[in-house]
Amino acid sequence: MTGLIIDRRRAPRGSLVHWACVPLLAGLSPGTAAEPLATLGPDSIAVVADPQTAARPIPPALAPYFTAVPDAATTPDRDGFLRRWLLLEPIAKPNRTNTGFTATYVRQALAASQPGSPAAIPRDGQIKEAAALLRWHALDSKGFDVKLFDFAKALGAPTYGVIFWAVTIVDSPREQRDVRLAVGSNAASIWWLNGTEAVGLFNDRRMVMDDVLSDRLTLRKGRNVIRGAVINGPGLSSFCVRFVDEAGRPITDLTTHVR
Amino acid sequence: MRCGLIAVCLGFAGAAPAAAQLAGEPFIHDPSTVTLSDGKYYTFGTRGGGLVSEDGWTWRGGPERPGGGVAPDVIRIGDRYYVAYAVGGGGMGGGHASQVKMMWTLSLDPASPRFKFHDIGVVASSDGVETADAIDPAFLYAEGRLWLTYGTYFGPIRMIELDPKTGLRMAGNVPVDVAIDMEATAMLYRDGYYYLLGTHGTCCDGPNSTYHIRAGRARSPLGPYLDHMGIPLLRGGGKMVVSARGRRIGPGHFGRIALAGGVEKLSLHYEADMDRSGRSVLAIEPLRWTGGWPVVGETVAPGTYEIASERSGYALSLATDSVRIPFDVRRSFMAAATDPVGPIPDQTLAQDSADWPRGRIRVDLADYLVRPHQLWTITPVPAAGGYFGAPYYRIAIAGTSRMLAATPNGEVETITAATAGAEPLWQIDQLTDGSYRIKPKAVPGDGRDLALVAIGASTPTLAAFDPASPAGRWTFKRP
Repeated sequence: MTGLIIDRRRAPRGSLVHWACVPLLAGLSPGTAAEPLATLGPDSIAVVADPQTAARPIPPALAPYFTAVPDAATTPDRDGFLRRWLLLEPIAKPNRTNTGFTATYVRQALAASQPGSPAAIPRDGQIKEAAALLRWHALDSKGFDVKLFDFAKALGAPTYGVIFWAVTIVDSPREQRDVRLAVGSNAASIWWLNGTEAVGLFNDRRMVMDDVLSDRLTLRKGRNVIRGAVINGPGLSSFCVRFVDEAGRPITDLTTHVR
Repeated sequence: MRCGLIAVCLGFAGAAPAAAQLAGEPFIHDPSTVTLSDGKYYTFGTRGGGLVSEDGWTWRGGPERPGGGVAPDVIRIGDRYYVAYAVGGGGMGGGHASQVKMMWTLSLDPASPRFKFHDIGVVASSDGVETADAIDPAFLYAEGRLWLTYGTYFGPIRMIELDPKTGLRMAGNVPVDVAIDMEATAMLYRDGYYYLLGTHGTCCDGPNSTYHIRAGRARSPLGPYLDHMGIPLLRGGGKMVVSARGRRIGPGHFGRIALAGGVEKLSLHYEADMDRSGRSVLAIEPLRWTGGWPVVGETVAPGTYEIASERSGYALSLATDSVRIPFDVRRSFMAAATDPVGPIPDQTLAQDSADWPRGRIRVDLADYLVRPHQLWTITPVPAAGGYFGAPYYRIAIAGTSRMLAATPNGEVETITAATAGAEPLWQIDQLTDGSYRIKPKAVPGDGRDLALVAIGASTPTLAAFDPASPAGRWTFKRP
């Protein structure tokens, strides 16, 4: 398994890291990852490779829901769901209910929690776990959905009042126009394709397949980066993501990886 | 609901027509089934006159049907239009001696070089002595066979078989009695059943006409036809299909029209249009099927509705931040049964819209909470023309000028001001299950035939309509 750590404590003032670096960092060798790769503002998040965990098997508690990621890329399942993800351990974002997840609130909350984005300057007091070490985990979900609650619980991390970040890389054998990113999440979430916001799910949502679909998109030939963030108060957290074509059929001739 | 844009509200107050009274001069009696020929819709009535329309909404006179007579029907088989019509009978002048005659032509447009009177001859008759009256013919072409019913209250409704290649009566064919107490019959075939529809009640008395249409069905075209109670049509049975509606009285002369996308409509006349001096007019209504029976549907009436997706049940909504209604949950749960209660006011448009962006706002499908951003006012815009049986509609957030519109890339949004001449308008057709299909009149820069479709539980877009899927079906619910 590949692991990365978000270390807010070691982020020197004034330096930057871009989110697109994250999947690249996941594949770095322990030797090259020993040095801090980027730095942020005083309350921001720095991303560093963790040489101690770069090839560690997944914790046993994750085994009911996930498997370790092998070297070879994988494909979506037969229904098109993307199962391979880099998941960041949850960022604490206390919310006693899920009823306040308006688009405005979610955008602000996720922007403030972005690991590595130049604009992700948290506001004072918004992220209480600023001193925590948060680890990236490369995982294959055993189901069509990614069970974030169980992911957090298995790691002994907070399960309520949290933000989860997820990243995967999709290689397309050709340019594919008029596809849609179809997402279900519990609760609200936002998803970006190649750096552009594609889908937003707001308010208190349950995770159902094809809940919200993006506008028509174009998948580039070759590498496409999907990143997303799920915010939840109390209750289960999870998401499912797939691409569908103009007729709503799942797109399965893709490969996914996290390196 | 307050009116956010006074001009919009006043502009339609009192000016909106009834749900779908056809435009133009749709005056006719005993119309034949509306038939498409040379890109135009035609119907013919008693005597030689007829109506023509280019869009199915605005009708005018002009077409002529050779042969004269009364109450014709038209059917297209291959490249031929067969026309059946009656000469004599009907009790007019006290006589019931009549003939059903046939002709064919390659076009219904008198201006077409393919329009020509080809006489086939007499296919049925009544001699004036027997208790039968050979008028009101109606076709059914099903399973490769051509059937024709005819008759009035003066005796039975009879069924004969014709040769679809020639229009002549099949050799040796003997008329079969299939119903009584009917006239102006029609037939249709669906899911293994033959349906016989006919008019009951009193004809030709304007606002006092009790004309209405009933139906029975059988597994064989020759019957026995039974209604939903099992009463034979030969004993006077018949399930109600349509009676007087709104300002229109005395429906009769059913004709079924199957349109693309699984949409079915019926043509008929109302003996009296109360808004047109009680004259007999052509009408086109949606045709529904409930429990295996045809019944008239309802063109969407002007008003304010929730628009609910048949896919997810969620309501078409502005994709804006939700605004909570102040509410003390703890007090609600802990209050004593005897504590006083009172109403909570509805959320106002001003409260809901305080933070709405001024420009375009996208739409989504969301939990229905009877909030202003979920209430849509449907307004017919007859001046903008129409389509088969209905005018185009404006769909706007109630009390505002914020209109539902198609985007150039085939998505859906709302706008507050339209480009001149490009007001976003919608075609709304009721489907046979009672739900509705909603299509933009035009998608900017896109010639495709698209409809409002829920491609996700919470995501609407414009996509090809699939009649087999709930995704493109919508219901209009009173708030």
